[in-house]
This record gives sequence, structure tokens and C-alpha cells, in this order.
Amino acid sequence: MNSRWSVVALVGAFAVAGCASDLPATPGPGGTSESAKAKSEFFDPAEFERQLRFRTAKATGLDSQDGTAKPWEQMLEPQLVDTAKYAKPGGGYHLCFSNASVDNPWRQVGFKTMKEEVKLHPEITKFTVLDAEAKDDKQISDIQSLASQGCHALIVSPNTTATLTPAVEAACATGVPVIVFDRGVKTGCPVTFIHPIGGFAFGADGAEFLKEKVQPGGKVLALRILPGVDVLEQRWAAANEIFSGSQVKVVGVEFTNGDAAKTKSIVNEYIQREGKIDGVWMDAGATAVAAVEAFQDAGAAIPPFVGEDQQDFLRMWADEKMTAVAPTYPTYQWRTPVIAALRVLGGKQVPKEWVLPQPKVTQDTLKDFIKQDMPPLHYAMCGCEGMPGYPAPWK
Amino acid sequence: MRARPRLADGTGPVLVVLLILLVGLAFAGPAYAEPGGYLALLKRAAPLVVLAVGQYFVIVSGGFDLSVGSLVTAEVVVAARLVNGDDANTGWVIALLLGCGILVGLVNGLITTKLLVPSFIVTLGMLLVLDGAVFLWSGGAPRGALSPSFRLIGRGSVDVPVLGQLPWSVIVLLVVVAAAVWFMRSGTGRTLLAVGDNENVVRLAGGRVDRLRLLAFVLSGLLASVAAILLAGFAGVSAQVGEGLEFRAITAVVLGGVLLGGGRGSVVAAAAGALSLEALFSLLNLLGVSGALESAVQGVIIIAAVAYAAHGAGLWRVLRPHRPVPDTA
Repeated sequence: MNSRWSVVALVGAFAVAGCASDLPATPGPGGTSESAKAKSEFFDPAEFERQLRFRTAKATGLDSQDGTAKPWEQMLEPQLVDTAKYAKPGGGYHLCFSNASVDNPWRQVGFKTMKEEVKLHPEITKFTVLDAEAKDDKQISDIQSLASQGCHALIVSPNTTATLTPAVEAACATGVPVIVFDRGVKTGCPVTFIHPIGGFAFGADGAEFLKEKVQPGGKVLALRILPGVDVLEQRWAAANEIFSGSQVKVVGVEFTNGDAAKTKSIVNEYIQREGKIDGVWMDAGATAVAAVEAFQDAGAAIPPFVGEDQQDFLRMWADEKMTAVAPTYPTYQWRTPVIAALRVLGGKQVPKEWVLPQPKVTQDTLKDFIKQDMPPLHYAMCGCEGMPGYPAPWK
Repeated sequence: MRARPRLADGTGPVLVVLLILLVGLAFAGPAYAEPGGYLALLKRAAPLVVLAVGQYFVIVSGGFDLSVGSLVTAEVVVAARLVNGDDANTGWVIALLLGCGILVGLVNGLITTKLLVPSFIVTLGMLLVLDGAVFLWSGGAPRGALSPSFRLIGRGSVDVPVLGQLPWSVIVLLVVVAAAVWFMRSGTGRTLLAVGDNENVVRLAGGRVDRLRLLAFVLSGLLASVAAILLAGFAGVSAQVGEGLEFRAITAVVLGGVLLGGGRGSVVAAAAGALSLEALFSLLNLLGVSGALESAVQGVIIIAAVAYAAHGAGLWRVLRPHRPVPDTA
């Protein structure tokens, strides 16, 4: 084989692999500033303030049953809207769900929880789900195809915000009540938009913890999955805002691509480079265990850590007696759309924007969330422990 | 036939590059003042070196193996599911993984040699097939967990006098490289090199070209499995573990001065190429260069190394601009 052709072939391979392994995330503007001082374009001061306020605000329960409501039935500062025009008494409901994807553990735990929630309600006789496999174009055609299947209510978890907006608008126009959750859309036409407090609160929970636990001048390493995804950018924007107003020194902001080996190498290199790392902030906990292991393998003390509510991290936290916090993006939010759909079909009020509480796992509550028999990637904040089928479907 | 020098063609430059990088590391990071720092580097580099050795066999015989990255991912995900956190399962799962690697290599090799599909296309297809299969089976989220004994090989170390803690993965690395050197010095290894140079000559001389090619793919698959076991041990389960590894391995081999298209290059140089690549990334990180530059650096290395390999020392003559005409304006 001629060597020149090999070069051509290799270049071709790069192009093909680039297409084949595209991440399902919104492509970002790229080249995000590494400087801890620079304000991100994703930083929205008003929304930041609002989310920080929500963290301590008192949530109200449905139909004002305050004390007893479960977190997924609670709402923060709700503006209730009337849904009488959608009311269809009598049950026998056909519920439809256009899902963005089930390609990560968070969505898998959530989707299982949603399916179990559907089983709790005998008035739902049919539950149709189409999985868009993280592709915008597939989700657009999924929503169109659901429109012709006689759904009584349509639940949408959009893959990306802007691209799915017209599809959701078209679905609203058919007169079916549309319920959006997780990521939003840029239209007010859905009956309700359900989501936990948000990325700013998530990022701030971790950053405030480190600000408190790391001594002034301490070195903090920030690990992010990838740039350009709005939910993740918000988490970092909030953390950046809090770090820049504190005495801790952010010595590095690195992208891990959610890869454990890469995470471990990065942390290992930072321990070698800085001599000592006094705190680790992460925008998502998927590789938190690998990051902790890097300290163990280097023979260094494990500094204060920000993780997430996955079982493997929670167990490590307890076993190693770490100083840590786990902000959550609760998977119990997958229960709420089903509850909302039934309320709408029953003609009961729902909030226009249904903001769910977003608790964090702390030292004090850690032991309540560790479930030794659950898989390592199971998310603890699933609100699923009390469901009849638990724990089999989540294993 | 000319006498073979002790260091094969093209080994010199990469060893110089590696030496410069290692010295650079010693100046850039305090951790590299003692053997521990270099051992940590070797430990991080071990999976890539093993992969690069496997890739070397295929490239030197005139092919490509693009399937190794997705093979690594597939094996790590499968291992987690089958081991399921139980030490009792470690042994047979490791054997199964090695078997799977050999099987994938066999399929790649048979399609390339019997159906005469270019290896580039076969292994690209295999990459996509494995990617798709993993996604279908796991839904994108790996399940199960690895047992402590499974992770020992990639993560643990053994006490050795003088050096202190010697990671198991470094031992595996040394064994693989030594075996590869021994193999390439044997008759079969030399014929494999000759296949990449001119397969017709080998065929006319009575060599079994197809068998040798097949062997190269099988070795590549087997070593990809070893790399998978090391990586899984190093960092645990992840569905992204193998992403881009095939290009890293090819970059490493090319950096080692191995000619794409086959027929020239030494396995030591390929291994040194992999180590250099890892050392370079560590150095860039120590100097505070953003990790985002990694793929750009990798691209530049591939292009520069291939251009150098194609023109050798005459490269400067090709690149030298024509003597400019004195501008009087």
C-alpha cells in the first residue's frame, strides 16, 4: 500500500470518527474561557439570584396539603393556572411521552421511576413512549407521530431547547395538553413546565461548601464534563461567581468528557503539579469516584469534595469518611409529569412553571441515602423507595 | 541482505524526543524528581503503550486497526456487567475478555484476508458495530461493578526494593514490550515486516501472507483486551473509556517513526512513541496548557511524523522555499 494513500485514508478516518462519536449535547460556542475571572455568557444574574432564593424558600404542596406532600408533589412560588378546558373526567387515559434519550444513568433511573409512577394510576390505560435517542430530528418526528395517536396528554422531555420549540408549539396547536419537563422550550404554550430549581443552585451548592471548608488561599480544582451545554454551563457559571468572591484559588478548570480514566489522569497530574489540592468541585458526579481514587492512589489525603447523589460516590464518601457534599438534580422529577398530566385531565390547577425543590445530600443526611443493594450508578434522590415494585426495576 | 542494526530504523529520533520530554518533565514538575513520578507516568501510559504495540503489528504488516477503541469500551462495559462486583467472577471474566479480543481480531483478519476488504474499512465497520452493540446492550449507561481483584491489575502495585511501589500495570507493560521485541526478532516477526514491505515477494518466497496478516489482527485484538483490563482497573467502569483510543494508538505508532502502509519501523519505537505522547500530554498539563489542545497536538504530530517518515532527512529540502528574488520595489 502506498504510504500517501494511507495518509488520505487516515484523514478520512478522522472525519468519519468525528461524525460517529458526536456527543448528543448541544454544540457549544467552543473555546470557553479558562480564566476564573471571566464571566460566562451563560451567567444570568437575575436567574442566579432567583435560584439561590428558591433554595431556602418554603415549598407548597398540591391543593395546600402542606405538611404531607412529597418533594415531587411540591412547588416553589407557584402561579397556578386553570386547566378546566382540558378536563376529561372518567379515566381510561392514553398518556404519551416523547423522551429525549435514555443514554445515561440519570435518564435511566428517571425513566424507570416514571414507568413505575404510571403503574400507580389505574386511570392510565395506555402509556406510549417514543425514545428520540438524543437526536433532535428524531424527536421532532416522534412528537408529530404522537400527535396522530389519540393521546389525552403529551409529556415531552426535550433533547435541546431551541430546536424542539416549533415541534412543541405544533403539538400544543392540536389541543392536547402538553407537559414539558427537565430541559425547557422557548414557548409558553405547554400547560406546565416542570423542573427542579436549576443549574445555578446546583453549582452554588457545591461552591459554597468548598468556600466554607477550604481554608483561604486553598487550591481548588474544577472538573467539568464538556463545554457548551447550558445546564452544565450554568452550574459552572454559578460556581465561578462564588469562587471569585472568595479566598479560595481555582488552580484549574478541566474538561473530562465524563471519562473516568481521563478524570483520574487529570487529577493525578494536578496533584503532581500543585503538590496539594485542597478541594475538588465537579459539575456532575459521574466521575467523582475516579477523582477520589486519584487521591488515594497518589497517597494524598482526600480533600473536601463535591459529588452527586450516585450510590458509588455516596458509599465512597461514607467508607472513606470524606468531607463532601452532593448537590442533586433529583430524578424524582420524572414522577411529577405523570401527576401533572392526571391533574390537568382532571381539571385541577397546576403551576405554569412547576419548580420542584432540589435538595442536597449532606454529611447529616448521607446515611439515609446510601442503599447498599442498589447498583453503583443508581441515583439516590429518585423518590422511588416507597414505590410498590422497589427495588427490582431499578436494578 | 544487509546487517540489521541494534536499533531498528527510525528508533533513534523518537528516543531523543522521549528523552527531551522526560527531562522537561523533571524541570516542570517536582513530582518527577524521584522515580515515583515516572512510575505514575508509566502506569498512566501502560494501556496506551500496550494498544500501540498491538496497532504496530497491524500497521507494519500494511493495515490499520480502527476497532481497538470501541473494543476497549465494549470489554469494559461487558466486564462490569459480568463481574458484578464479585471477586469470584474475576478469573473467568478476564479469560473471556481475552477470548473476545482474539475473536474480534480473527473476524477483522479473516474479512481482510479472505474477502479482500481493505482493513481500513473492515475495522471501521467493526468500530461502528461494537459501538452500536454496546449502546444497544447497555442503553448508554453501564451496569454492574468491577471487583477489587479485577481492578488490582490496573490500579494496584507490588512492593519492590529500591523502586518502592511498582504498579502491576508497569509489569504488564514490560512483559508485553519484551514479548513483542522477542517476536519481532523471530523469523515470523521478520516475515510480518516483509509482508508490509512487499507481500508479493513474501508470497513468491513461500511465506503465508494471509496467515501473517491474520496473526497481526489477532495480536491487536488480544492486546486491546489487555489494555481494556488495565484501563478498567485504572479508572473503573465508563462507557466513554475507549473513545478516540484508536487514533491515540495510531498517533503513537506514527510518532515512533513506523511507516503507514507497513514495511518499516520497530516495535520499541512504537512503544516509545506511546510513552512520548503520554509524557507530552503530562508536560503540557504541567505547563498549564489547556487539555483542549490535546487533539490538536495529536493531529499535528500525525501530519508531521508521516511527512517526516515519507521524506526522511530530505524533508528540509522539500520544505525549503525557493531562494526569494531580491525585491527592489
